[in-house]
Amino acid sequence: MRITCPYCGERDRREFYYRGAATDLDRPAPDAGEEAWENFVFLRENPAGVTRDLWYHEGGCGAWVVVTRNTVTHEVLETRLASEARS
Amino acid sequence: MRFSGLRVLKEGLTGNKGWTPHWRDPEPRPEYDIVIIGGGGHGLSTAYYLAKEHGLTNVAVLEKGYIGGGNVGRNTTIVRANYFLQGNSEFYSHSLKLWEGLEEDLNYNVMHSQRGIINLFHSDGQRDAAARRGNMMISQGDDAILLSRDELRKMLPYLNYDDLRFPIYGGLYHPRGGTARHDAVAWGYARGADQRGVDLIQNCEVTGIDIKNGAVRGVQTTRGPIRARKVAMVVAGRSSQVAAMAGMRLPIESHVLQAFVTEGLKPVIDHVVTFGMGHFYISQSDKGGLVFGGDLDFYASYAARGNLPTVENVMEAGMALMPMIGKARVLRSWGGIMDMSPDGSPIIDRTHIDGLYLNCGWNYGGFKAVPGSGHVFAHLIATDRHHENATKFRLDRFRTGRGVMDEEGKGSQHNLH
Ligand SMILES: Cc1cc2nc3c(=O)[nH]c(=O)nc-3n(C[C@H](O)[C@H](O)[C@H](O)COP(=O)(O)OP(=O)(O)OC[C@H]3O[C@@H](n4cnc5c(N)ncnc54)[C@H](O)[C@@H]3O)c2cc1C
Ligand SMILES: [Zn+2]
Repeated sequence: MRITCPYCGERDRREFYYRGAATDLDRPAPDAGEEAWENFVFLRENPAGVTRDLWYHEGGCGAWVVVTRNTVTHEVLETRLASEARS
Repeated sequence: MRFSGLRVLKEGLTGNKGWTPHWRDPEPRPEYDIVIIGGGGHGLSTAYYLAKEHGLTNVAVLEKGYIGGGNVGRNTTIVRANYFLQGNSEFYSHSLKLWEGLEEDLNYNVMHSQRGIINLFHSDGQRDAAARRGNMMISQGDDAILLSRDELRKMLPYLNYDDLRFPIYGGLYHPRGGTARHDAVAWGYARGADQRGVDLIQNCEVTGIDIKNGAVRGVQTTRGPIRARKVAMVVAGRSSQVAAMAGMRLPIESHVLQAFVTEGLKPVIDHVVTFGMGHFYISQSDKGGLVFGGDLDFYASYAARGNLPTVENVMEAGMALMPMIGKARVLRSWGGIMDMSPDGSPIIDRTHIDGLYLNCGWNYGGFKAVPGSGHVFAHLIATDRHHENATKFRLDRFRTGRGVMDEEGKGSQHNLH
């Protein structure tokens, strides 16, 4: 699996640390309640197909990257900087 | 049909013409008391114990592929009861006891081999942790022996004891741990359930779960609708998809775990050996292949095959631990889809929907749990009460924070286990 870092270009998967579902970017407000927090921290869509997840270019530029990926084929469809994907 | 030594001898002398299929291939009926979704190890053992322990035989197991095609036929077959935390330890202890009587119970040779498991340690701190774990195992009623480096060297002379990074200080030995033939476990439970009247329906994918007024009514399948009063979801890596049919989101991420086997060799590795620091473990199958594996690939995946970096890691760890392994040739590698839970422990519980039950979150360790999980899940389905050895595998522990069971002490968030 190779991942295209928006800064560094296409790189080996080994250079990246995997964080998990990109829903990590949608942090609820501190007082959003138990349900919202359970949803954020624990519950997952976990799709068999296209997903968005967060990877950190640890062995490269240090950027957080949102990777749109197919979990069944391992095809990488799109990558964006997390800072941009968030806004 | 019963198996016996005499029967094997007789069939051997008469051309093996008398064997019959191990289970029927029935058409699905329009209605059952209980429908079990998933014909893996856990689904089959659940059906078996529903019939055997609770006399419930109007039961169907719906399997989208074939019996034994999921993780139950893809794992590295390690069976053990060396858990530390209350909640886990009594459950795995219960499961190991069922393993120990399984072959007579099923009248089926599952090749359960209690060859012993050895977890290596590499520092004084790790020795203390191993001693503590061993004491917990003993106080649970199971067995554990702390081996010094010299004692270990007599048992496992082939290890590299003086690796610079991870010199071997000793090992925690669990003599009752071992391996079993994974396919045979699936086949044995399938046969046992079928003989007691359970319908095993293969090539039958569940595509919907019917719910009315907060209660389950049945399922939609590729072979038509089936009504049922109770429905159990036991689909391992596919848990999120099936639960979504009931409108549920689960605390599960599916990941790929790889395993490897070499060409058949003469007996060389007599035990199961685990090298936690290198994320490597190994045993030798009865056919002679060295069966080994490592850690997850560490990204969500349903591909049932992994990537090369993990292959490389596993091979490197193997070479560091036992340099002799470099002479063996790897024959095959494969992957399975693991239902990873945030704290690394499973979920066996009711859901908020009446009559709908959930069994998932087995991470990379659900093979050893096959007898125990089926036994306690059948109890839950039949009586609506948790079995005394499985009271803590609750679905709500993540929301409440009460009873989170982080066996490895890594934290209870996704991607830490
Ligand atoms: C490489 C590897 C090594 C492992 N090593 C070990 C080990 O050494 N020791 C250990 O204890 N555990 C180990 N495990 C873990 C263990 O194999 C699993 O935790 C366990 O097998 C999962 O339970 P199961 O057998 O019921 O799963 P499966 O056999 O995967 O059963 C689930 C079944 O559900 C079916 N299904 C899915 N969706 C549907 C649907 N919609 N309708 C109908 N059916 C459906 C699937 O086809 C499948 O047959 C390992 C796993 C892997 C992949
Ligand atoms: Zn980069």
